[in-house]
Amino acid sequence: MTRTRADYPLAETQPGAVTGKHGKALPEITLDAVLAGEVTMEDLRITPQALQAQADVARDVGRPTLALNFERGAELVEVPQDFIMQVYELLRPGRAKSKEELLEAAATMRDTYQAERIARFIEEAAETYAARGLFTFRF
Amino acid sequence: MTPKLNRWKRFADWDERPLRLDKFAAEDPANGFSAFSSPADPKPGIGITGGRVVSLDGVLEHDYDMIDRFIARHHIDSDVAPEAMALDSATVARWLVDMNVPREKLVRLAHGMTPAKLAEVVSQLNALEIAFAYSKMRARKTPGNQAHVTNAKDDPLQLAADAATAVAFGFDEIETTMRVSRNAWSNAVACAVGGAVGRWGTLFQCSSEEAEELRIAMAGFTSYAETVSVYGTEKSFTDGDDTPWSKAFLAAAYASRGVKMRCTSGAGSELLMGFHEAKSLLYLEARCLCLQRGMGVQGTQNGGIDGAPLTATIPGGVRELMAENLIAVWLDLECASGNDARSTESEIRVGAKILPYLIAGSDLICSGMGSILKYDNSFNPSLINGEELEDYLVLQRDFEADGGLTPLPESRAIELRERAVEAIAAVFEELGLSTPTEDMKTSVVYASGSDDTRSLMPRDVSFISEAIKERGITVIDVVKALANRGFREEAENLLNVVKLRLSGDYLQTSAMIRNGRIVSAVNDPNDYLGPGSGYRVSEERRLQLNDIRDVLDQKEVLRSEALHEKDEARHIRYRNLGPAASGSTNDDVVIGISPAFGLKLYRTTAGHRLSEVLGAMLDAIRARGLKARVVRFRHTADTSFLGLSAARLAGSGIGIGIQAKGTAVIHQRDRQPHNNLELFSNAPITRLEHYRALGANAAAYALGEMPEPIVVPQRGEAMGSRYHARVALIYAIETGLTEAGAAPEEVDVTLTGVKS
Repeated sequence: MTRTRADYPLAETQPGAVTGKHGKALPEITLDAVLAGEVTMEDLRITPQALQAQADVARDVGRPTLALNFERGAELVEVPQDFIMQVYELLRPGRAKSKEELLEAAATMRDTYQAERIARFIEEAAETYAARGLFTFRF
Repeated sequence: MTPKLNRWKRFADWDERPLRLDKFAAEDPANGFSAFSSPADPKPGIGITGGRVVSLDGVLEHDYDMIDRFIARHHIDSDVAPEAMALDSATVARWLVDMNVPREKLVRLAHGMTPAKLAEVVSQLNALEIAFAYSKMRARKTPGNQAHVTNAKDDPLQLAADAATAVAFGFDEIETTMRVSRNAWSNAVACAVGGAVGRWGTLFQCSSEEAEELRIAMAGFTSYAETVSVYGTEKSFTDGDDTPWSKAFLAAAYASRGVKMRCTSGAGSELLMGFHEAKSLLYLEARCLCLQRGMGVQGTQNGGIDGAPLTATIPGGVRELMAENLIAVWLDLECASGNDARSTESEIRVGAKILPYLIAGSDLICSGMGSILKYDNSFNPSLINGEELEDYLVLQRDFEADGGLTPLPESRAIELRERAVEAIAAVFEELGLSTPTEDMKTSVVYASGSDDTRSLMPRDVSFISEAIKERGITVIDVVKALANRGFREEAENLLNVVKLRLSGDYLQTSAMIRNGRIVSAVNDPNDYLGPGSGYRVSEERRLQLNDIRDVLDQKEVLRSEALHEKDEARHIRYRNLGPAASGSTNDDVVIGISPAFGLKLYRTTAGHRLSEVLGAMLDAIRARGLKARVVRFRHTADTSFLGLSAARLAGSGIGIGIQAKGTAVIHQRDRQPHNNLELFSNAPITRLEHYRALGANAAAYALGEMPEPIVVPQRGEAMGSRYHARVALIYAIETGLTEAGAAPEEVDVTLTGVKS
């Protein structure tokens, strides 16, 4: 279902449908639940579905590039923090010494995490870095 | 002999002004010192083949640098570009300031414009037009503001207290950073807790190293990030240790963690980093902003930022800062519009810099304002700081412009600071991080800045900070600690902020929280189409803006006069002797007093007792061997008419008119009312010796002499701003007692000479 601006803000229009990573819905995440030890940080994480819904809303109000960022974000939700930081580091100038290192990261994103948009984005970076000589020693 | 000098002394005076500490740079495009245009700037242009952007602003695809490449692939909408680029720039510039051309139409066109085109269009607008266009084009209707909350010791107690205070002033976002980078985690917890005191919904960020900042966000302490910098030349970008792709990846990473993010860019950064390519500041900024839209970030912190002081040294630099902000909002980005670096030592330049933003409104007018004192600002002083925050509150009131802040009563500030300090101390104790003493806490509650505190020092803080990081303490632990120690409301508030990331509603453009609800460009879009549309200050909000401290009203004036009434009763008695007659001999001077003189009003605006003022004048007149009579007039309260009426009753033809507030005049029987002999109009600086001299001069005129007129020296005080509100209220008390045609009354004055 494609959301529109009429669904926004989701937390107000359909709080019961907004859930954390483990399926706990917004109204269930109360202070008492926290104190009872029933809420973990994972329950407070956004889901790919919520990001897709926000992408739909952004597209509906004429912000296609913002929507694409939310969609790239949706693909990263399941990617572990360490790997995210590793890829970020690799994308910085001079960290990867060759195009292949980036292509390898792209392949992992695609194959392990089904992060197709992110993979293409990294491949585009690899192509650009090669063209602009960014695989050079920096420090 | 007066010696000849080699300079006009006025220049020496000017040398002493704070303005002369500012240094100004010559326009020099070849060296990057050019605000709006440089010979090296490209002409706008685009080539599109089969939907692919094959040339951009005169650069062919195979020559693209990485910025061109990113803009061509991710910013340019090739369906819109042919139409947008073909438009005459002057026409588009006129549309930007045409209230009948809707924002949506212009935003769609911007999707198809190159950096050079955007720069060429906004260059055609003067400063007023830029401000107007900004007001029309900004994304969210309701304006907001952001505060810096830092201190020179990284003291978490003070951070909590200052965060709570900033929240109470109404800031929608607070941003902290550290003196010592390893203290980031402590700063984050302290501001998160302080920011949860009083109400919920203030977004918070802890500006630190990219990877660390994301980790802190993951632990739930922060809710947004904005120090993701981009640059307008390839070499600056790589020296900034990033590329458009690495930054865009980071943007997606923040989204994936449900954390709001904006980028940062601003004029002057490329110039400071030495890779400006001899391009103008505005053109380079247009590149940065197209990049940011292409990256898909919802917004930008833009408007010079760290480069603002440098930009302000260049001719047109401040106009350029406004122009780049306009491009940002035209590209439909949330704009945290700078005004966050002290770009001048001149308070006039500070006020002038902020005004267009205050009256135009902005998503975040400052990014941010120093809610703390200048020396406590770990980002460096902001344009406006804790010292000047009240000036800003008054500017809001003056212009009835919503700058996002609300005056905060002192008692409420103390209450919130106490609560915040107790809350963070409780969290630290509960989590075994630190046990702040009562003295530490008390010193922070009442401190204006860290010079006044006896609290935790940077080294103490490092232990706390590293423990938070190493033990993997998260916001859930802090929420529990708060609730367990009785800070249930704060625990709820903090939890509510973290819950925002579940729906991601606040990831949309220009999102903030007001009264517990999301307000963004999606559900609060700027709909400006002329007067009556767009953001308007509601009556309720206007009353809030008006409610600054120490406001005078008539009740207040009468209350303070009543305090003096008893005191005066011990010094003087006025006895009405009936209708006053004209003097029959030429040896008298009449002092005409006003209707409320000594009856309702008892002190001059300079604070002198009316008994002393009257006594000084009577003594001086009698000292010359003349008779002095006192007559009360009730037909007028005007000084000139009091004086002239007195002169006409005087046998000598010389009279003094005096109002209760101390304004006085020496008059002569046959003169026009407003053509007096001597006027003492600056009552607030008129001292007893002046009244004595006035009496002496009146006597001299009565004796046919030509005395040296009394000049009450003034040093340029803004007398009107200091006294006119009070004067007008006092004068209304006088005029309220007047009665048309009332006869003058002879008054017997007895000075009882009691000294208190």
